[in-house]
Amino acid sequence: MTVTTRLRSGETRPAGAAPSRARRRRVASLKAFLYVAPALAFSLIFLIVPTLQTAWYSLYDWNGLSVATWAGVQNYIDIVQDEQLRDSFMHVGVLVVFYSFLPIAIALLLTMVISRAHALRGMSFFRTVLFLPQVIASVVIATTWLSIYSPNGLLNTLLRAIGLDSLTRVWLGDFNTALVSVGFVGTWLNVGLCLVLFLSGVGNVQPELFEAARLDGASGLQEFFGITLPALRGQITVALTLTVVSSLKTFDLVYITTRGGPGNSTSVPAFEAYNRAFNSGQVGSAASVAVVLTIGILLITALIGRLQPKDTE
Amino acid sequence: MNGKKRSWTGVIAVSVAVALSLTACAPGAGSAPAESSGPVSKDVAGAGDVTLTVWDQNTDEGITDAQEKLNAAFSAKYPNVKIDRVTQSFADLKTTLKLALSGDNPPDVVQANQGYPDMGAFVQGGLIRSLNDYDGLYDWSSYYPESLLKINSFSADGKTWQGDNLYGISQTGEVVGIYYNKKILTQLGVEAPTSLDELEKDMAAAKAAGILPMAYGDIEKSPGIHLFGVVQAAIAGSDAVNKLVTGADGAWTDDASVTAAKTIQDWSSKGYITEGANGVSRDDALAQFEAGQSAFYIVGTWKQAAISEAMGDDAGFTTLIPKGADSPVTTGGEGLAWAVTTGSKHPDVAAAYIDFINNADAAKTFIDENSLPSVIPADYTPKPGLESDVFDTYGKVTSSGGLVPYLDYSTPTFYDTLTSAVQQLTDKQVTPEAFTEILQKDYSGFVGSK
Repeated sequence: MTVTTRLRSGETRPAGAAPSRARRRRVASLKAFLYVAPALAFSLIFLIVPTLQTAWYSLYDWNGLSVATWAGVQNYIDIVQDEQLRDSFMHVGVLVVFYSFLPIAIALLLTMVISRAHALRGMSFFRTVLFLPQVIASVVIATTWLSIYSPNGLLNTLLRAIGLDSLTRVWLGDFNTALVSVGFVGTWLNVGLCLVLFLSGVGNVQPELFEAARLDGASGLQEFFGITLPALRGQITVALTLTVVSSLKTFDLVYITTRGGPGNSTSVPAFEAYNRAFNSGQVGSAASVAVVLTIGILLITALIGRLQPKDTE
Repeated sequence: MNGKKRSWTGVIAVSVAVALSLTACAPGAGSAPAESSGPVSKDVAGAGDVTLTVWDQNTDEGITDAQEKLNAAFSAKYPNVKIDRVTQSFADLKTTLKLALSGDNPPDVVQANQGYPDMGAFVQGGLIRSLNDYDGLYDWSSYYPESLLKINSFSADGKTWQGDNLYGISQTGEVVGIYYNKKILTQLGVEAPTSLDELEKDMAAAKAAGILPMAYGDIEKSPGIHLFGVVQAAIAGSDAVNKLVTGADGAWTDDASVTAAKTIQDWSSKGYITEGANGVSRDDALAQFEAGQSAFYIVGTWKQAAISEAMGDDAGFTTLIPKGADSPVTTGGEGLAWAVTTGSKHPDVAAAYIDFINNADAAKTFIDENSLPSVIPADYTPKPGLESDVFDTYGKVTSSGGLVPYLDYSTPTFYDTLTSAVQQLTDKQVTPEAFTEILQKDYSGFVGSK
């Protein structure tokens, strides 16, 4: 609304009259608006309007082709009541542990070890290797792990080789292990990212601090909790945000490895939204899942942002 | 700071206004093009220069070659028609066709999957046109057997499958059955099974001899439809399953379906089917069968060319006869239906095209490419071996009314419901009774809302 009034006041300006200071500011702000207009138009057309449309669709019962019927908040009630949808949100909760908490814990542990071994030879090589999963296309990763988890894949072969035949199973086909197996791929994927972030953070700590701690006789553990961990707060927040968001919107790994199976044991909201919108003709329900997922991601990101130390940035 | 905030409220206000004006009424309203109801004609040459956009999923080797040949022949016959072929896999077509059809510039001819989720939804949305008038011109009703026409028919409102309006015709025939390894059966001293009891006896013999009775991989989830479909058809018979899938009568919790579920779970417990099948891919299971490591494998006739190439004369194909019946009953039907969109500006040319690629001459082109046509030419004698097994079975099943539809046609969401339930059934996560209740819950919700 304010935009249009501003435009109008600009047009009705009497010709020749010296613009008042307030008007000059308005013109300046109009100019500023013109500068951002292309970007704004872009995000309006491709982001904001589709988002609002999705929210609008979520209030309907629609197969994507025929005229939709008004459903009110029924699609949202279904998310709580429909076992399949409810489970998909539970599953993503499990995945957060594997995609986010575990990689961060492992990366912190590795940081503790590596940062003490300053002159580790070939450090940059190992760092590259650990970061590599982040660079590889997720389809390639999923296909690779599909083969590792297959009945005669690498994992089962290894287990048999060391005499643990009783543990071998079809990892992605077993109701008890499928979700954990998918989650573990995420752990493998994200450890490298977290580690590179943390190592760069440790690099910023002045070496004198460590030296002082050591002179005072601090153990490795004390050094870690006293210096490293507080120094990494910013990096941990960034790692948390990136990994939690990536786990919440997981789609590719599930789509390629299990398609939500066996049964529904690995279905996740992003997969449900896709499947309902494009395969089973439940566009309204898909939209409501997408809306809840978006709001969830925004809320969680905002909460994590609160961990960010105030003095930096 | 304040100005920034104000401009943001402005942006949001404007975008809300834009979005609301875009979606002032319910989604989907007024998007369907009006159906043209003018007189129809066989005239193609007089239509002037026409580009026909065709969406198909004939990607399999052999079938795609046949399609290319037919397209070239049509353009040669009518030089004023240019065919713009858009071809993609079945799964891709399933996800993109809805969007293409509901857009402003839909293709002229499309291959539509049968049943409620696809064809039913298209008819309901007014996106594909009834072909009854063209049937009058081209007389498809006398070329195709009744059972095949029914599968491609719906009521005008799209709510009742196998209704009065014909919405498409199909090129290829499909029957899901049991491929068997002749060498293994001879070694076990048993005949190819023709009933469920015989199949179970043969599988017990194979198990006792240390051979995997049936290779089965279900990671993709769709093979579960074939496994359950074949067993259910052999127990319930064609009438009951047809009525169930079309929503005419019956329930998924009926005794026959429970028995079918019990049978499959029993096979899983006894190790008749591949252990951990939910984590084994369909292709891996087929490779196992082709390598002579299992006695049986359930899949459709579309794998005839591949299996015949891998196993030669060692492979056979059979279907099961239910108790008390005298001819086999099994899942099957025909390839996707060739349909004409309501948005097509050249329905006469489109209809002439689908007639050209589906008629008796086209059937011969498909046979030349080692594929089973929907109507086998009367004067054709199949080559002995697997082709003869497949062609004879198809002939027997279609002529005796033993064809039951793919079970996922039942409701728009049945594909997901059934495939995930079968995974739970074979892994003993649910009892057979609970399995049928899962299916019934989806089914009664849809049938009740019609």
